[in-house]
Amino acid sequence: MMEHLLTIVIFLPLLGGLVLLLGRRNETFVKAGGILVSLLTFAISLGLFFGYNPDNPAMQYVDKVLWITDLNIGYHVGIDGISMLLIVLTTFLTPIVLLSSWDSIKKQVPMYVFLMLLLETGMLGVFSSLDTFLFYVFWEIILIPMYFIIGIWGGKERIYASIKFFLYTMAGSLLMLIAIIWLGWYASTLPGGQFTTDITKLFEIAPGVPFEMQVWLFAAFALSFLIKVPAFPVHTWLPDAHVQAPTGGSVILAGVLLKMGTYGLIRFNLQLFPSVAIEYAGFLAAIGVIGIIYGALVSMVQKDVKKLVAYSSVSHMGFILLGLFGMTTEGLQGGLIQMINHGLSTGALFLIVGMIYDRRHTRMIEDFGGLAKSIPIFATMFMIVTLSSIGLPGMNGFVGEFLILLGSFKSGVLGSPWYVIIAASGVVLAAVYMLWMFQRVVFGTIKHEENAKLKDLNSREIGLLLPIIILIFWIGLYPSTFLSKSEKSIQRVVNVLEEAHAQHGNGEDITSAE
Amino acid sequence: MEQLLHDTLQIAPLTATFVLALVVVLINTIWKNAERAEYAATMIGLIVVAILGIVTLPNKGYAFGGMIMTGGFASFMAILFSGAAFLSLGIADRYIHRIGAGFGEFYMIIIFALMGMIAFASGTDLIVTFVGLELLSISLYILAGITRRNLRANEASLKYFLLGAFATGFFLYGIALIYGSTGTTNIIEITRLLPELLSDTLFMVGVGLLLVGFAFKIGAVPFHMWIPDVYEGAPTAVTAFMSTGAKASAFGALLLVFTATFEFTGTPVNDVFAVLAIASMVIGNVVAIAQNNVKRLLAYSSIAHAGYMLIGLTVGTPMSLNAVVFYLISYTLTNIGAFGIVSFLEDEKQTPITIRDFYGLGTRKPFLGILMSIFMFSLIGIPPLSGFFGKYYIFVQAIENGYTWLTIVGVLTSVVSVYYYLRVVTAMYFNDSTSDQQVFTTPAGTATLLLSALGIILLGIGPQVVLQWMSQLF
Repeated sequence: MMEHLLTIVIFLPLLGGLVLLLGRRNETFVKAGGILVSLLTFAISLGLFFGYNPDNPAMQYVDKVLWITDLNIGYHVGIDGISMLLIVLTTFLTPIVLLSSWDSIKKQVPMYVFLMLLLETGMLGVFSSLDTFLFYVFWEIILIPMYFIIGIWGGKERIYASIKFFLYTMAGSLLMLIAIIWLGWYASTLPGGQFTTDITKLFEIAPGVPFEMQVWLFAAFALSFLIKVPAFPVHTWLPDAHVQAPTGGSVILAGVLLKMGTYGLIRFNLQLFPSVAIEYAGFLAAIGVIGIIYGALVSMVQKDVKKLVAYSSVSHMGFILLGLFGMTTEGLQGGLIQMINHGLSTGALFLIVGMIYDRRHTRMIEDFGGLAKSIPIFATMFMIVTLSSIGLPGMNGFVGEFLILLGSFKSGVLGSPWYVIIAASGVVLAAVYMLWMFQRVVFGTIKHEENAKLKDLNSREIGLLLPIIILIFWIGLYPSTFLSKSEKSIQRVVNVLEEAHAQHGNGEDITSAE
Repeated sequence: MEQLLHDTLQIAPLTATFVLALVVVLINTIWKNAERAEYAATMIGLIVVAILGIVTLPNKGYAFGGMIMTGGFASFMAILFSGAAFLSLGIADRYIHRIGAGFGEFYMIIIFALMGMIAFASGTDLIVTFVGLELLSISLYILAGITRRNLRANEASLKYFLLGAFATGFFLYGIALIYGSTGTTNIIEITRLLPELLSDTLFMVGVGLLLVGFAFKIGAVPFHMWIPDVYEGAPTAVTAFMSTGAKASAFGALLLVFTATFEFTGTPVNDVFAVLAIASMVIGNVVAIAQNNVKRLLAYSSIAHAGYMLIGLTVGTPMSLNAVVFYLISYTLTNIGAFGIVSFLEDEKQTPITIRDFYGLGTRKPFLGILMSIFMFSLIGIPPLSGFFGKYYIFVQAIENGYTWLTIVGVLTSVVSVYYYLRVVTAMYFNDSTSDQQVFTTPAGTATLLLSALGIILLGIGPQVVLQWMSQLF
């Protein structure tokens, strides 16, 4: 039982979802059942979290059986400190999302609950797979529920947005599939080797691949992940998907799905191909920095609050990219904690946008103004989340951004302060677009009659935001609860990178490094 | 005499199919209006054929003086074909009555076609291969036009016949030239002579003509012209049978003749396969985008899938042939499922089914919606459905043997295919229904679809079971 705990966490949502879908009693029962299943999953994952030994950098809770013998594919799952945090983020956000949809989802409720739970299983699977085949299976499964969630419960342009989302992701991931197969085949060409998709074995094998080939493999993985992040210039699916998706979909999309991209970069690109990662670190960090500035500038001119938050995601995810490719402990730790932060803050922002949309059926900034007077609780919570998103000291965003900037500044791989200088200006821009939006929506006089009579948040809505706000302060004031879990695992990644960098730096020709 | 009996038992699936055909003919002549009895007899008979296939699976060898293969691959294909016939008849039940083709001869011809398929895909003498091909083709010409008063079906039947006759001509001419240069039609003999023959122009021309005949039957570009028209015009249950059983048997014969026994790996024939594969994947997937008629859409999709399977033939190793066989199984389940849903939507006049007819199906008939989604996602190749594993298996073999570039073409065209398969799913779930169009579900049909969908999921999650079986094929 205990050794299969991780497997239970992964598949419990799917199982619960299937039972609810096939059993369908009445809608309230299904909704409550979904929340119960996801809460139970959260509780078990907390068990994982507190049982996790942070001093051991190896994979924990490993569960491994041979699945498809002929192709040497294993069901192999396990987590380290990096995936641990993301798993808890996933299990934490899912019940919130389900609860947030209590009133707003009116048609095909059992289907919605099922898809959300299927999505959760997919995301948990992505974060814990230790077999590239298995990873790919979970990676692709996620497309289906997300496609339906956007398409069935989405806005006017939902069909366009859902197909675009599907096509973008598919285009990237199929090339990754080729890289996965190629790596497996390469393993079989080594003396005594056999075809393998086991990630722990590939960690040893992949750095030995001829450098030119590594570049192609790196590119195939990176393209798939960068689309998911999404990095400039392959980000265009994101605003469409976000704006069209229902609130719950947006929260999960921003909260967890985007992190699959950055997680993949850490797990695969940095660890499988450290030399290539170092070689192209500047380029990828530059993509991150462009994303920061571009996302911020585009956010500034948005009239639709949801679109603004969507573009701010591009900007925030740029920070994470910069942190990862600074390749220092601080940068990677910052990147990781920023993934969590972005999940919380942006998730909360989408919830807030959803709440105001439920009341006014509009998301245009100009339709609001003076909300502080009519709905003060809402305004307060909105403010906390906004400030967290900007990165005010004492809140979570600050910790992440500070570590990222510090890490990239110290980075020997990047070797130039310019990345940090430009990125830091992104922090300023973030303050501009967020606060400006906040000011126009919440402060000022009430310009529209309808805004005067709005109902303030009910207890369900407060209950949704409160846990997130608690975490916002927790991470902001005492981040080591979380950072300590991932420290050793991050250190291991950095060690791999430094080793490769040392070879690089010693003037050895890495193209001949076997 | 003893030898004859022994050999007859060796090819038990084929013999049983023959007996089954006789039984059905007899029922048809003795009793009037015994259509139900014939249906039952056929379904039971098909199960028997499949069981005989399983029983004979280990007896790998040749019978009738090396003219026909027994056991192993031959038996496995017999199981696949009878499965395809079984599932196609599952969706044909009542459907053929609705479109006015509910007579006993229908089953008879299906069984004759099945005989042709088995012979086609197990013949190790080009004469047997040819007889099988003709038996199969002629049965299909009739089946395509079985609704005699339907213009579109007549057109399909005639077109199929004319073009098919052409292909047969090529095929036969190829056999003649091969015989001319080798003095034999036995594939095993030819394989023995092969190294010298490769420089023999006459022989290679013969092989080329043979290939044209095969390419026509599997529906590879540029010999695919007949597919959309015939698939569209034929009764949908027949299309399901044609696009799976007949295509599988053509593939079976092709890989028996060219890769398993002729051993053409490393010759120009491989390049021809590669070209056909690329052309089929690109043309099939791109043209499918523009189709509004769902049967035509599935027709172009079937051309594209022939392309993916041709990747496996290009590689030409035993493992890659296994991958092709696996793909065929998965494709059979999926396509019969997809055509089955289309047949549910068709009215008596067989008005063409367009994407529009799928609007809102997901909410009107949730169960059918889920099934169709499973079929579409499997055709796209989304894990953990069998369509994904089929592609993965073929791609692994291709990359292991240095055909990475071919795989890249494969995945890029797969991305294209996402669009048109999603159009169907999108129509079912994201568009509201425009009409109260009737859906003619039948118990047997629904059971068949459920069976297919279960098969797709199980094969996707646990392909090991089938792989185990297949490990002894070549």
